[in-house]
Amino acid sequence: MSQAPILQVQDVSKRFGGLQALAHITFDLPQGEILGLIGPNGAGKTTLFNCINGIYPPEEGRLVFQGQDITGLKPYHIARRGVARTHQIVQPLEELSVLENVMVGSCFGHEQRSLGESEGIADEVLGFVGLVERREQPAASLNVAQKKRLELARALAARPFLLLLDEVLAGLNPTEIAEMVEVVRQIRDRGVTILIIEHVMHALMNVSDRVIVLDYGEQIAEGTPGEVANDPKVIEAYLGDPKLAERLMGEE
Amino acid sequence: MKKQLRNPGLWLALAITAAFALWPALASNRAYARETSFTILKAVAFAASLNILLGFTGYVSFGHIVFLGLGGYVGFYLMDTFGLHLALAALAGGLSSAILAFLLGKAILRLRGAYFALATIGVNEAMRAFIKNFEPFGGPIGMTLNFGVYRAYGGPDQALWMAYIGTALLTIVVVLVSFLVKTSRFGLGLMAIRENEDAAEVMGVVAPNAKTWAYVLSAVFPGILGVLFFFKNGNIEPRDAFVLHQSIEGIVMVMLGGHGTVLGPILGAAAYQRLRGLLLVSPLFKNIQLAVAGVLLLIIILFIPAGAVGWLRTRFSRLRRVLV
Repeated sequence: MSQAPILQVQDVSKRFGGLQALAHITFDLPQGEILGLIGPNGAGKTTLFNCINGIYPPEEGRLVFQGQDITGLKPYHIARRGVARTHQIVQPLEELSVLENVMVGSCFGHEQRSLGESEGIADEVLGFVGLVERREQPAASLNVAQKKRLELARALAARPFLLLLDEVLAGLNPTEIAEMVEVVRQIRDRGVTILIIEHVMHALMNVSDRVIVLDYGEQIAEGTPGEVANDPKVIEAYLGDPKLAERLMGEE
Repeated sequence: MKKQLRNPGLWLALAITAAFALWPALASNRAYARETSFTILKAVAFAASLNILLGFTGYVSFGHIVFLGLGGYVGFYLMDTFGLHLALAALAGGLSSAILAFLLGKAILRLRGAYFALATIGVNEAMRAFIKNFEPFGGPIGMTLNFGVYRAYGGPDQALWMAYIGTALLTIVVVLVSFLVKTSRFGLGLMAIRENEDAAEVMGVVAPNAKTWAYVLSAVFPGILGVLFFFKNGNIEPRDAFVLHQSIEGIVMVMLGGHGTVLGPILGAAAYQRLRGLLLVSPLFKNIQLAVAGVLLLIIILFIPAGAVGWLRTRFSRLRRVLV
């Protein structure tokens, strides 16, 4: 963990008209860490993801990835540098097969593989997320849980250094959540740094090394899951009820 | 590449195209058969080119005929004024259409959906208005090839065959290119853009470049085709070169056969031309044949949006290997 951070978010702000979506967000993400991002709906979590991967540039502040300034680069430039993401609202390429969906990730992600190599990588990744038997199906025919896995598979096929996971657990049942958490851990064990947004709190607290809390675009707390869950500011602003925090932590 | 060439779908598409092309050689009235085949091949080449943009990339161009017109004009001018050989003029026509598409790509491919479609109509109309007032190209009257030009090719009859063979070869090339695009990494990027441009960009597809090259590729062949066609016609004028409804007929052909497939535009173009031929000789329909095209498009979009080949692919998954 003594290495230079893979991602540095420095004083990033973004506003939409009168809404301050992000205000002076600053943190470092060390190599190999799983950093959780939590906050109530509308806190600016997905906006932060969108700034990091170039959907829109931040109005203020800098984003540094592997020591290089990536502020204002387009999504495809950032993808090619080794950042991959999943979407909160799944975005399958519906008429393409599951395999082709994942091949897009591998062909155009940071390794820029050929079509032939991509097929091999895609099969391996589909095996990893448990979709391999559906490889020929159109992506549109998958159910929500499978589409979430497809999102993840596509991102992984790019062999990213940094993976942004936006609510991959939402809408899954407890068994599926447990499986997915295991998958996320394994991804980290392969050396991928992960920034994860999640509403399924016990799972997030469980899997994250460190947690950042956003509220109305402000960064209100940062620390280990234990520290954050016991932070009075977080309890007040986010969890509302102090007992809830204890209960969430106990749900492991 | 080798793996791609083993695909039976490619050979089926090429065989059907070759059958259209070779038919005049076997027919009893060869000149008549040649004219029929010429019309079909021209439609196939145009539809298959349009499909690269419409079918693979998901961008609807209502003004695609502008590339046929512009290419035709440039090639015609070079043949008429400088006596350039047909083959070179055809390449020049293709190149000029490609350049136009490249420049347009930078300007209007940022627009999405209906806005892009509208812009393409504007381009076609603007180009017609420009050519109409451009004196070197003959202004509103256009240009007529000096009969002597055909002499260089061994007389008018030989020249017509030459234009025909050129068109047949071009059509084969378009079908081949269309297959190679569809089965390539570039094509995968295009289809990702078609399905969801934002998601494609997040995965690393450089959409602005990919779209521009798809547009250029879909423009270069109509440019060449225009030269061959107007050479055969012997004259060119703004009214015939930039016929907006021909763009729309192109869309009907692609949709009828199945957009985003290699075989679809071939079958769609042939079927549409056959239907059009029947309508034009029918006393009842000859004046409203375009209305029939419109109704046809409506029916396809409402009931078989994937087109004939797309429908067959969904219905019989075993046919997928053959129906690319």
